[in-house]
Amino acid sequence: MSNKLNHSMSLAKPDALNITTKQKIALIIGITGLFILTLALLNTSFPNKGLFLSLSLGLISIGTIVYSREAYLTKLEGIKNDGQWLKSISSRGLWGWILGIILTGFYIVLYFFEQLLGLGQGVDGANTGLISLFDPLSQLLSGRPASQWFVYGTLYTIAILAFGYKFILKYRHNKYQQLRTVSVMFFQLGFAFLIPEFMYRMNSSLPYYDLKNMWPLNYYNFEQYRVDSFINNGNIGMALLIFGVLSIFVISPFLTYKYGKRWYCSWVCGCGGLAETAGDSFRHLSSKKMSAWKLERWLIHTVLVFSVVMTTAVIYTYLGYDPDKYWLTREVFLISIGVFLTIVFAVIMIFKRQELGKDAKFGAIGYFVVIALLIAMHFTGTTDQVFFVKAGALKSAYGFYIGSIFSGVIGTGFYPILGNRAWCRFGCPMAGILGFQQRMFSKFRITTNGGQCISCGNCSNSCEMGIDVRHYAQKGENIVRSSCVGCGICSAVCPRGVLKLENDSMKGRINPTEVLLGNDVDLMELVNQK
Amino acid sequence: MEHIVIIGNGISGVTTARHIRKLSDKKITIVSAETDYFFSRTALMYIYMGHMKFEHTQPYENWFWKKNRIELKKGYVKTVETKSKTLHFANGDALQYDKLVIATGSKPNKFGWPGQDLNGVMGMYHKQDLDNLEEHAPNNKVCKRAVIVGGGLIGIELAEMLNSRSIPVTFLVREDSFWNGVLPSGESQMINRHIKNHHIDLRLSTNLKEIKADENGKVKSVIIEETGEEIECNVVGLTAGVSPNIDFIKDSEIETGRGVKVNRFLETNIEDVYAIGDCAEQHEAIGNRRPIEAVWYTGRMMGETLAQTICGNRIEYKPGHWFNSAKFMDIEYQTYGWVFSERSKQDYEQHFHWKHEDDTKCITIAYNKDTNKFLGINTFGIRMRHDVFDKWLTEERDVDYVINNLPKANFDPEFYSHYEADILSAYNNTLQTA
Repeated sequence: MSNKLNHSMSLAKPDALNITTKQKIALIIGITGLFILTLALLNTSFPNKGLFLSLSLGLISIGTIVYSREAYLTKLEGIKNDGQWLKSISSRGLWGWILGIILTGFYIVLYFFEQLLGLGQGVDGANTGLISLFDPLSQLLSGRPASQWFVYGTLYTIAILAFGYKFILKYRHNKYQQLRTVSVMFFQLGFAFLIPEFMYRMNSSLPYYDLKNMWPLNYYNFEQYRVDSFINNGNIGMALLIFGVLSIFVISPFLTYKYGKRWYCSWVCGCGGLAETAGDSFRHLSSKKMSAWKLERWLIHTVLVFSVVMTTAVIYTYLGYDPDKYWLTREVFLISIGVFLTIVFAVIMIFKRQELGKDAKFGAIGYFVVIALLIAMHFTGTTDQVFFVKAGALKSAYGFYIGSIFSGVIGTGFYPILGNRAWCRFGCPMAGILGFQQRMFSKFRITTNGGQCISCGNCSNSCEMGIDVRHYAQKGENIVRSSCVGCGICSAVCPRGVLKLENDSMKGRINPTEVLLGNDVDLMELVNQK
Repeated sequence: MEHIVIIGNGISGVTTARHIRKLSDKKITIVSAETDYFFSRTALMYIYMGHMKFEHTQPYENWFWKKNRIELKKGYVKTVETKSKTLHFANGDALQYDKLVIATGSKPNKFGWPGQDLNGVMGMYHKQDLDNLEEHAPNNKVCKRAVIVGGGLIGIELAEMLNSRSIPVTFLVREDSFWNGVLPSGESQMINRHIKNHHIDLRLSTNLKEIKADENGKVKSVIIEETGEEIECNVVGLTAGVSPNIDFIKDSEIETGRGVKVNRFLETNIEDVYAIGDCAEQHEAIGNRRPIEAVWYTGRMMGETLAQTICGNRIEYKPGHWFNSAKFMDIEYQTYGWVFSERSKQDYEQHFHWKHEDDTKCITIAYNKDTNKFLGINTFGIRMRHDVFDKWLTEERDVDYVINNLPKANFDPEFYSHYEADILSAYNNTLQTA
């Protein structure tokens, strides 16, 4: 079998598709914007920081906008995936690896070496370098100097907005894609970026709170300093605390029941927002192998168990510090967690045993592990220790390995290598919980259109979550998978109109078939009887 | 243990193998000279366009075959000896079978044009054709222009492929409008305009006279029959239909016509030899279908049926309501039931045609003008539900019912604009004026 030449590692002729002159100019504009940031990083002191910051962010945005307009508006509306596996940057070629290394390096510096970015390195702890370039914007929004997180948040928001615009042009024939993208752009700009800054301006003692970010994605939400400041801030603080709890137990299960986990993962979430916009060019890189799916199921649920146990341990220990302050006692807290998990486990086993199949065993193992850990917590817990280690250490380990390394360095830094949803797929505990709800109790599914599938593989190829969509579509079976974030790209790229995301009744949602529609009806009945 | 040998690892052969495995423990061998593993032929175009790599067109991972105890043999079958139940391969190997399934698919038609075997002339059907195209048309520097001969589904796909690499395309179509032997004229003409909007040089009512070579035996130009015009090009795509790929059994005792002749049980004249998919030819056409159906779905259905027969539950190939689909550049096409072109439709068949003003969406509903019975629908740019139309066809609904209930059949993604109200009012208007 002779295989096509792989152009992607060649520097001389990296792409089968060349870019136009206008796109080259756009690239230069964008790179100039990035160059200003690089100069700032190298401690160049700009005279008028506000001007140069605006110039830099402006040039990056304009470059992206001009490039995208040239790429998509010069052609008829339709699927625009030409050359994605031929271009070096989007097919794990040389440029892909270079970009991956730069992004990974950025995350490592951001999380662990913020002083390299200039945080508090100047006279009297003033910022220098890159962070100081962002001071004027931070002062404007919240009246305080910038931090590395403010720099990151700003760049993150710019990326979602600029590449969101690109995505909207790419799918300008597709309303679902456009609305969804406008939604993630809105939530990022408003909820994740602006509102927390304004909230600080109004009441600086409230902790940073991105309202759309719920536990366990913001695993730190119920740490003592946050809960204390919620409690100390009267009604508004209590409202935020109650909202935080309600969003876990009421709001998100309800919305997931109605619409599937897509309401969060591909319409609201910031991680999802970046993946869907800036990460769109890498979506096809996710592995569709069965082995990757197996790894995914172990990893994501392990992280989920870890986050539940870690959070419980952290709350459990500080509830003991000051029994007068919290009406909830440690024992009541621990017992209620145990009771809650037991109820969930029992309900699933009673009503959904059939659907779980072989997975029931793994679910049971997970349940008993958590319960055993809760009991161990009871016997080993002191005011600051559980399992004979400091609860704080448990939290730090989670923050380091999961919060920083997994979600940031690997999740985003490895976009050009592992695809744009590696964190969402393998690590995000929130996606784990929502996915469980989606698989068990949701009206959402991707409907397969009878026998129209031609097994071409476009759907599987473009699934960022690595679902082998074709496996179901070619059997005429609906796709009901916990990992599906409902981005709708499989449906968009299908050349035969086979897939449709929809919310319908729970009945008949899962429909394994042996023989497809269009066949002899007697044969279909005969074979499907078994 | 009975040994089932299947020649051809396309959708028909592989479906047969999979279903035999579900039903039995028989020994199964799939033979192919084309590729090691099953891939989706309809997806070949996306490899050249860079949407996918070859491995992504393979519906099953490579471990699947061993796990399901389906043996794969790569080799070219040269002759079939039905008396001794032996296959002889080009490299001298031989293979014994107890039951033989011929599922060798099609090959591109060539009509004896001068120069049709030159370097740079190719069909677009096999994996090897794709490799050939990659060699002769890697970019628009090497291939300054390509000429496509034959206006069917493969022709327009090849045009889209070359267009994705900015290679100028001249598209020669014998008919006076694209695919109008199948599509009613309103649809066919809309596709003509869509092709031209993609800057493809579409030449209707135009035939190929000959292909000229340069001094190295490589394509240099083509000559147009009607005008004598010479068009310089580096690649010529021959896409004037396909025919059964059965040369290797012409000398055997298996009866052939254009394809391998089979009865309704997909049995040939020789016991224990069956033929399915593109290469099978029914003695008599089933309903409105053609005796040879070179369509993905029918290949799959024949595979599903034949597996039953081979495993002891002998049943007829009895396909349900006709359906098909395709994509013309950016416009998706689906059809349910029968809608014939003006050229081939019967007197009783009447059409209601609606087209959106943006010229990328239209539908044609065929009905019996005497009884108003709904016969079928062609839909362009609007997705419709297979199961709904299958049900309506079985229930023999009339055209009024179908048009009034069209929203139930809509399968477009959420938030898309709906046109059913528009279609209904257009329908009511035509009734008033008619």
